[in-house]
Amino acid sequence: MMESITLALLGGSLIGLAASLMLVFNGRVTGISGIMNGFLKSPIKDGLWRGAFLGGLILGGIILGSVRPDLFVNESGRSFGMVILAGFIVGFGTLMGSGCTSGHGVCGLARFSIRSLLATLTFMAVGVVAATGLKYIFGV
Amino acid sequence: MKKYAQMQTLVAFLVGLLFAIGMGISGMTQPEKVIRFLEIGPGWDPSLMFVMGGALIVHTLSYRFIRGRKSPLLDTQWHVPQSKEITKPLIIGSALFGLGWGLGGYCPGPGIASVGAGQVTAVVFVIAMLAGMFAFRFYDKTFQRK
Repeated sequence: MMESITLALLGGSLIGLAASLMLVFNGRVTGISGIMNGFLKSPIKDGLWRGAFLGGLILGGIILGSVRPDLFVNESGRSFGMVILAGFIVGFGTLMGSGCTSGHGVCGLARFSIRSLLATLTFMAVGVVAATGLKYIFGV
Repeated sequence: MKKYAQMQTLVAFLVGLLFAIGMGISGMTQPEKVIRFLEIGPGWDPSLMFVMGGALIVHTLSYRFIRGRKSPLLDTQWHVPQSKEITKPLIIGSALFGLGWGLGGYCPGPGIASVGAGQVTAVVFVIAMLAGMFAFRFYDKTFQRK
């Protein structure tokens, strides 16, 4: 558990550092769903930076995954059907709610945005209800 | 700003790289870990709370320093969201996102990074997420904008 917490803090700090670099250099928030949405609307809208960011995310996965594939295992036991449903709702919901864990949970909270605080409390609470409900009601 | 477009692209690429490595190290790319964090009760794994904790310690402090500047280093203006309005879509959308997060164990960033790592479930998740994003755009265009 201690090791898990240390890694969580270390990884979290890297995420905070990455968001800080994006802000100080480019003046932008690192909201992943928002960047994806902008990229889908127009891949070249105000430059190629959105595509480059998404490419960096994927390359990061390639590099870290080749050294530590264990960090990317999926042992959730969720069926493909449920993963498809989950993905669809996440895509729909993050655009409707203008953000996800990175945009609201990290960047928004860091600038004390009330909107992001409400969004974060909402998705955390519903996430807890969904996961806990699945476990105790459906035994998944 | 045109002048710095290439530099901005390079920064965004490196930020993406760093972000993915941070998510991977922290445990966010392991859906069963995320789900054990969201499942309250015996066997609760609180460690992922420290991901947001670590990120917020760094970014809340840096944010104050950075926004003390007139402009970012590679642009003439800030592009930080300004909206203050609490709207129904904000809350309903976030609730939907939370539901999907609890069902699948992936949020968007870890899903995309895991595609790079060759995780098949993540590929399925991201394709469905793209479909959900297009569906929202269609819904928004059809029903919201007059």
